[in-house]
Order: sequence, then C-alpha cells, then structure tokens
Amino acid sequence: MEHIRTPKVENVRLLDRSSGQRKASIGTLYLSATHTIFVENNPETRKESWVLHSMVSSVERTPTIPAGSQVILRCKDFRVFQILVPQERDCLDVHTSLVRLSRPEKYSELYCLSFNPNVNKEERQESWSFMDLTADYKRMGLPNNLWVSTAANSEYRVCETYPSELFVPKSATPPIIVGSARFRSRGRFPALSYFHQDTLAAVCRCSQPLSGFSGRCQEDEAMLQALMKANPGSDYIYVVDTRPKLNAMANRAAGKGYENEDHYTNIKLHFIGIENIHVMRSSQQKIIDVGEMRFPSMTDFLYGLENSGWLKHIKAILDAGLFIARAVADEGISVLVHCSDGWDRTAQACSVASILLDPYYRTIRGLMVLIERDWVSFGHKFSHRYGHLDGDPKEVSPVIDQFVECVWQLSEQFPCAFEFNERFLVAIHTHIYSCQYGTFLGNCQKERRDMRLGERTHSVWPELWKERAQYTNPLYRAEQSQSQGVLRPNTTPYCFKMWKGLYNHAEKSTPPRQSPADFLSTVREESQQLEEELANQQERIAALNGEPITWEKVLRRRTSRPRPPPLRAGPAVFYTDPTSSPAQEPPPPRRISLCSRPGVGSRRLLHCCLRGQRPLLWLEGGLFLQ
Amino acid sequence: MEFSEHIKTANVEDVVLRQPLHPPGRGTLCITGHHLLFSDREEGSCRQVLLLLRNIDAIEKSVENLLTCSGLFSNAGLSQRLSGSSGTITIKCKDLRVLQLDIPGMEECLNIARSIETLSCLDSMSELYPFFYRPSSASLRDQWGLSSLERHYSQMKELHDRWRLSTVNRDFSVCPSYPQAVIVPKSTDDDMLEKVAKFRQGGRFPVLCYYHKKNGMVIMRSSQPLTGANRKHCREDEQLLQAVIDGSDKGYIIDTRSSQQALQARMTGGGLESKSCYSSWKRLQRQMERGKALQESLIKLVEACGEESNNMDRWLSKLENSKWLSHVQTALSTAGLLAECVERDGHSVLVHGSEGTDSTLLISTLAQLIMDPSCRTLEGFLTLLEREWVQAGHPFQQRCAHSAHSHARLQQESPVFLLLLDCVWQLWRQFPLALGFSEALLLRLATEAYASDYGTFLGNNQQERCALGVKENTHCLFQALLRPRERDCYSNPLYEHTELAIWPSVYPQSLQLWRGFFLRWTPQTHHLEEAQEEIRNMVIEWGKLALSSCPASTRRSEDVQNM
Repeated sequence: MEHIRTPKVENVRLLDRSSGQRKASIGTLYLSATHTIFVENNPETRKESWVLHSMVSSVERTPTIPAGSQVILRCKDFRVFQILVPQERDCLDVHTSLVRLSRPEKYSELYCLSFNPNVNKEERQESWSFMDLTADYKRMGLPNNLWVSTAANSEYRVCETYPSELFVPKSATPPIIVGSARFRSRGRFPALSYFHQDTLAAVCRCSQPLSGFSGRCQEDEAMLQALMKANPGSDYIYVVDTRPKLNAMANRAAGKGYENEDHYTNIKLHFIGIENIHVMRSSQQKIIDVGEMRFPSMTDFLYGLENSGWLKHIKAILDAGLFIARAVADEGISVLVHCSDGWDRTAQACSVASILLDPYYRTIRGLMVLIERDWVSFGHKFSHRYGHLDGDPKEVSPVIDQFVECVWQLSEQFPCAFEFNERFLVAIHTHIYSCQYGTFLGNCQKERRDMRLGERTHSVWPELWKERAQYTNPLYRAEQSQSQGVLRPNTTPYCFKMWKGLYNHAEKSTPPRQSPADFLSTVREESQQLEEELANQQERIAALNGEPITWEKVLRRRTSRPRPPPLRAGPAVFYTDPTSSPAQEPPPPRRISLCSRPGVGSRRLLHCCLRGQRPLLWLEGGLFLQ
Repeated sequence: MEFSEHIKTANVEDVVLRQPLHPPGRGTLCITGHHLLFSDREEGSCRQVLLLLRNIDAIEKSVENLLTCSGLFSNAGLSQRLSGSSGTITIKCKDLRVLQLDIPGMEECLNIARSIETLSCLDSMSELYPFFYRPSSASLRDQWGLSSLERHYSQMKELHDRWRLSTVNRDFSVCPSYPQAVIVPKSTDDDMLEKVAKFRQGGRFPVLCYYHKKNGMVIMRSSQPLTGANRKHCREDEQLLQAVIDGSDKGYIIDTRSSQQALQARMTGGGLESKSCYSSWKRLQRQMERGKALQESLIKLVEACGEESNNMDRWLSKLENSKWLSHVQTALSTAGLLAECVERDGHSVLVHGSEGTDSTLLISTLAQLIMDPSCRTLEGFLTLLEREWVQAGHPFQQRCAHSAHSHARLQQESPVFLLLLDCVWQLWRQFPLALGFSEALLLRLATEAYASDYGTFLGNNQQERCALGVKENTHCLFQALLRPRERDCYSNPLYEHTELAIWPSVYPQSLQLWRGFFLRWTPQTHHLEEAQEEIRNMVIEWGKLALSSCPASTRRSEDVQNM
C-alpha cells in the first residue's frame, strides 16, 4: 500500500490501443494494491477495465501536452493502454506508483499471496493434489524393469533445480548418478522425460557436459551407456544438442561444451540450432511491434514478420521436437536432449516431442500434466524468464511462449487433433505471467517448497479444469485418426503463420467475428442433449408398450438451430488511408482478459455487450463531414 | 475425328504415373482428343486418372537413351533396357497439380508429348470438350443458366419505377461484350444509349449492376470515357449519369486506376470524367493491379509455393515479393469502399477502370457479397457470378488461356477471376457462418474456369457464345453444381442467414494465403479438409437427432440436411 501515491484520479482518459479503440473514454482511475482499475464515466456502460500490476511489463511517461500528461502501460499479454491524466502532478504520482507496483521486489508482494478465493484449507490442499506426476509416469508404464524411480535427489542433494523424484535407467546406480551430475552443468544429470511404450525408446534430458576441450567422466559415460541399455532394441542413442553448433563449440572454451563422440561409445550427436534466450527476447519484441503497427501495408507486414525472425525460431523448435519424435517412434532410438543448462531449449524440445508422440498430451488435462512435468517440475526458471520480480532484464525471455505457440501452430495444422482450443493456450500464457496462482512461481521445486507455496497460494490447474467447457475444441474426437498416434507435422515454412490471437489484439477485439467453434460447441452440446432425450423417449416407448405417444407434450424443447454470435453492425476497418485521428469510436472490446478481480467472476465483464455506434465515414479530403 | 492426326501414339503400356498425395502407379496411358487417361494395372487396384488435356498448362519432357536408368521397379529397368530408351513427361496443370509420367520408349514419349502440346491448346473453340461432353445424367434440353437479365429485372419490382430494360444491344452491335438486355435509367432512350456507347471504350456504356434495396442506391458499371487528348465530352453520357442520381445530391465514381494512369489514358484515346462536365459526381481513384502484372504475381506465388526450401526468410520474402496478398488486400478494400459509399453514405456509385471487364467486375461482385444477403447463398452466389462475370462479358477465354506454369508468351492472360475467388475465400474465412457455400465450391470454380466439361466459361462474351451455340450444344456448369449431390458438397453446413453487411477486415494480419488452392496438393491441406468434413458430419448428425426426437421440427431438419 505504501507504494500507492494516489489511489484515485478523476477525469482520466483511457485508450485501449491494442483493441483498436480510436477514441479515448473518460473516467476515473483507481490504483489498488493489485490492480489498476478504470471505470468509465458514461452512466450507460460504466465499463470497467482491470489491469493486474503483475501483467504490466513497462510504464512509460511521455512529454506533457496541453491536455495533460500521458502514461503508456504495456502489458505482458501484449495489450497497450494509454492513460491521459489532466494534472501533471497526478500523472507523476500514477507513473511512480505503477512503476513500483509493477516491479515487485519480493515474492511476498506478488498477487498470488494475497489472492484469496473463497475456498477453505482442505479445498486448497486438494487443488494442489489435482496434479499428480506419478500418475503420468504410471500411465507411461513406469516404473518397469528398464526404468526406475531414484531417490538420489531427495532433499535436492544432487541437483538443486531438479525435482526430488526422477526416473533413471535401472542400471544407473547412485554413484553413477552423482558422478554424472558432477560432470554436468548445474548438476542436471540425464533423467527421463518421456517413455514411449510402443518402441521402448525414451526421451531423456540433461544439461551440457563440463567437458571443455578434453575433459571426460567415466560415470557420465556409464550413464549414457545405461540409457542406451535401457532400450533393448537399439545399439546407440541420439544426443541432441539444441544449440547452434557454433555456440556449443564456444562453450568448450569455458570448460563446458558437448559430448565428444570419441569418448562416448554408441552415441550420435545431432545439433538443432535453436537460438539463445537473448536472440528470442529481441525477436519477440520485433513481432510485438509488427502486431502493434497501426495501418501497415501488406509489404510492411510481411517484411516485419520476416525481419523479426520469430517464425524461423518457432520452426526450429518444432523441427527439434519432430526430430526427437521421429527417432523415438520410427527408429525406436532413445534420445538425450540438452542445451546449455537444460532448462530452456531442452524443455521446449522435449515437450514438443511429447505432444507429437503421445495423444494424451493433446488433451486438456494432458497438456497441463506436460507443462507441470517438463517445465514446472524439471526446474524452468519461471520467475526469471517471465519477470515476476524486478530483476535482471537479460534473464527475461519468452521461452514457454514459444512452446505454447508451437502447440498453436500444430493445432492449426491438425484442427481435429487437440481437445483444447486457442483460448486455453492464451489462458495458460496469461497465467504464466499473472502470478495469480502459485503454480508458476519461483524457479524450481525446491524454491517453491521453501516458500511453502502449497500452503500460501492456490494452484492454477484445477481452476482451468473447472472452466474446461469453454476451452474445448468441438472438432476433437478422441477416436479419430487425426487424434491418434504420432503427429507428423509438415514444417515447410508455408505452414507457419503469425499467431494473431496472441500478438494482434487490435484485430482480435474488433467486434466479434463469427466463430464456428462456438457455434459447433453449441451444436455438439445440443446433439448430446437430443441423444439423451431420444434414449429417454425410447425407454418410455418401451415402458408404455404400445400405448399412443403424445409427442407434443413430451417435447417442449428448443429445436431451432443454435444462434450464432451477432455480427457487428458496421465496419471496424476503414477502406481508406487514415491521416489523422478520426472522431469515431468502435464498439468496446468484448474480450477483457485478466480481469482477475478477487471474489467476483470475470463473466460480468465479458458480457459487456456491443453498442454498435454508427461510425462516421471517413474518406480522404474531408469528403464526408458527417 | 480430326484430332486423330495429332495422335501418333494413342496407347502406351507400362507407364509409371507419379502424382501428389498418391503412391506411384504403373499402368496404361491412353490419349484421346480431349483426355489423358491412365489406368492402373497394379494388382488389387483399379485406379483411373482422367485428365482433361485443356487442364494442362505446360509440359516438360526429357528423354534418355538409357542403360543407366534406375527404375522404381526392378522389372521396369528390364523393359526399359529392352527398348533401349525411355522418357519422362512432367505435366503441370492449371489447377496447380504436377504429374509425372515415366514412359518406356523414346518415340512414344515424344509422340505423347507432342500430342499433349497440340491438343491442350486448341485454338478453335468449337473443338473444345464441352461440345462433346454428353453425360447420361443430363440432357441438352435442360435449362441452361440460372437466370437472365430479363428475369432479374422482372423479379426486381423496386426497379420498375425508375429503371427500364433496354434491348438496344439485341444484335450485339452497340456493345459486343454486353448481353442483349441491360438495365438503364428509364429516362434514357435507346438512341441516347447508342451515343453514349460510342463515348465509352468497347461500347460499354453505364448500366445498372446492383440496386441496394435498403436505400434505393445503385452500383453502375461501365468502361472508361473516350475523352482523349482533346477532352471530348458527351452530353448524353452526362445526362445518363445525371439520371442515375436523379433526386440525390451526388454520386461517386470509383476509378480502378491511379490518377496518373487515368490521365495517361487520354493519350491513347481514353480518359476520365472531368469535374466540370460531371459536377455532381465525385471521383475516387483506387489503383488496382491488372493484366500482366497480376499474371506475373500469380506465377511468382505459385513458384514460391512449389519450392521445397526449408528457409523461413526465403519463403516470407518470396511471398511478399509475389504481391499476391497485396492485390487481395487492395481488391477487398476497394470493394469495401464501394460498399461503404452505397450502404453507409447512401449514394450511388459508378465503377470503371479502363475496359470495364476485369477489376470493375471484381469489386462490384465483392461489394454485392458484402452488402446483399441474397448473393450469399449457393444459388445466389452462382447467379451473381453468372450475371456479373459470364453475362457481363469477362473475357474468360483470353484471361484463362494459361495459368501459372505456362512458358507461353503472355498475351491476354490474367487471373482476375482467381483473385475474385481468393477474395471470396477471405470473406468466407472471416465470416464462416455468413456464406452459404463451401470452400470446395470456390476450388471447383477455380478449376472449371481454366478447363471444363461445361460450356459456362467458354468464350469471351455472350455474342461469342451465341455464335457458337453454347447454349444449345453444351451443358451448364451452374445447373450441374445445384444438383442434389453436388449441392450437398458445395453448401456450407454452418450457414446462417444474416441481413447485415459483412465488412471484411483488410488488415494484413487478417488476410491469409489461400492454402486450399495454392497448397492444394500438399498433405496438410488434407487435415483441413478432414476438419471441414467433421463439421459437416456434426451438423448433419445434429439435424438427424433433431428430426428423430421431434417430428414437429421435421421441416427445419430437412433444411439442414439439404443444405
């Protein structure tokens, strides 16, 4: 609270730039401990916009203009708000408060520690047991006579950033594990990520070896040998180094590097060439800029897309996953994946491979399990990468954003293969940044345990699971060919496109486009109801046994087609070249994400209906002076 | 048949056919006057591939005298060695499919190639396949076409006050590319029209193409005025246009050329409507690419799609460089502007470019789809195409003579119709519930415009079709597309009628490459088709259930199933 210099400012103008809004709305700005809240003055709408402080990525103050001073709020979900405050002093206060509030210094300041939904202690504990990784290993058929759970890392003795429970080959004894861990960067020794029951091949992960130019380690060599032996059908394993070869070689000078094929018998080294976190950070900034371009020409847009390199990186990650999946499913060869520390690119490649290999991870629950296993539990540095606390900006990078986008690109290629829809992916993306739940807090399991997050915060997974109806892809059918078996995507460049739903809010929030998905969900729901009803009727017929049936009485249900969402009333786009700011306001955005208002559901805000104002025509030369 | 002189080798055995999405097959190749027929001789397979020769855009042949050939099948190597030579013909089709034929025997290969080259681009229209196509399911006496301007006029009662049907062009002497009947303002008589026709390129005087029922405003289209360098003007033309906006304060002229292009056109006898002579008309210049530039754009795009490169930057820069999506953007935004003028601003508009047979038709069609719900059903859309493209005189024969693969020197080719279909697809994608037809229909039309069994797209205008007796001697595509079985496949299961205008977004992010067409022969398009199939099944299933659990709803469910 001490950071809020002014809790309330009146007569503020807010422009949600990312929603394509053209005219600012006037209202009152409130600063709470957790949210920036803007309430419109317009008595008819009283529209509220809520922005969580932890979602703010930057606060910028622009030079004062006669109408007042301006603050620009950029969010981690790529929304942009422009706030115009009449008094410069107020503006300064708002700016200073927001700068401080959006950069918490301690975990204790984070929203999840004050977020208190109306549940009791038991329910909270239950929420954490929703996610059970042991069950997932069991589903893979583990432990078995090839792979066993090891206690080597209990109390995080061997590797601080690993979980306490891990699966290793049966022949890997504790001395081998400990020795191998000493030879691996940050002690991240080879451990199992996914076991493919059909071929008995496995996907394993670790960090780079501390080999330098000539170093070797018997235990590590024995460890890789054990990995190979754990797959009876094969006489070698792939070691996939997800870095560009040049980077891997450079690491040798620092006493790290990659496996020397002369020292390890029976490995095949394969470099993929995913760039490092710094390249990705600047690439994402470029694609955000592309999404923010106001009236780009097709050339500007495509050039911007190419120049950002973003799709190239997405493709590299998908290619890595595909290589692993093919090795495991087609060749039956186990794969050991690493990058430098084995928590960024490795997590990406392994989890994409799992998605491709196993239909389970293409379900709603499956994707949660996968993220919990390969990211949360294996020690991905969520707090550093997603800037939960004020820290080193060089540690920030959209690593999991890229994984989520890979899944989206796949779902575009295989529209019937995923149980979830785009909304689910966007929701996950949002919660990774929001700090509303404890799931993604901290950088590893140990940190989360030390912070006692299980007692002090809530888990996001059961919340998402509760809402699964709105995250379901109506085209998904588990028994369909697309949904089954190994997914073999095409990774030719033309198969990739910009994820408009995430990066281009301007388009997204122009009044609702027709959504066949929503329509189909209704169709499906109604079909199920009808089926049930039909079954009921048949039972009744059987029961009545020949008595005449009065259909009219029995059936009072709606049989008209489900209503599609309404079309917007007017063009949101203008077919002319804009030159100055038009005096026209499109309907308010319908989607308001992250209105994670404590206690109150977000539904109400979602229901802000469209008020189709008649836009002014606006052609060149002031032709239409309406 | 006179085709036989072009066929030296009619049959070849032991040919290997490679085509996208299928495993290679071995069988017999047969060439006829209009078709290439391949029948699979593999055991347990009776696959036949029938390819219309007209669909072939280009072929490449390579023959070798070989002992080195590594055949796909071991016995292939044997038979090739016996004849001592073989050849390969790569066939690139106008629907962008690429086939490859491995033919044993150099001479046979060359003969086949020569026959294909000659027969795939026959000059004489009366020799084309539609004149020979006689399906058992249809009779030549069936109704030809969906509607006519006469019928259109008589149905549009709202028009009768101020508009009349003129038959000044009944013998095609006033305007060779117009149909026999046109709709013009009531106050203009035929003499006047003849004079106006002399003032417009190709005689394409302003005629009504769309009447907006909500406010009585209209879209007119014409060709450019022939003002020439000495700025001629034509009183009748001015009067005609004045009659169009009678009672309203102004109208717009959307010229699909840039101001500079329009001014330059004066040097060659064309020009634009001057402010002084057409004081109540406001001109808007919107440059749209046409002709050769458009064809080259298509060639570049198809080339980029065919490249197997793995490099993202290269793909994006090639996509940009082709400019195809820019053309889509321009077309949709110009159509949006046109619809905005009529629907929102409430004024009549005259559209023209230079000839008035290409971009003019493109944007007037799109604007009608945006504004008029009756154009968005399957029948409505086909009727619109018939009226605005076939009858209005888009020169299909010239524009669709060759497609993206051809090495022939470009003459009049230009993929304007394809661009229209692409724009309609963008609309369809942005408004999946608002259009009554499916992507499959657009794909079918894209194929049929270039090579067809039907006579619909034959010739460049109604006059040519009359002279050839197209109506009497061929079958009508649009009628065929509306037969029950076709209707099932070409209707949109999600269609829901809406009275509102559908304003497309023209942000570059909202426009996408039309994968269904440009990447039609790649496997992942198949997954998207599966999704469409799933949607269809779901809706049909739903319809059946509704039907079986509630007899009262019978009619509605039937509607669903018949869609």
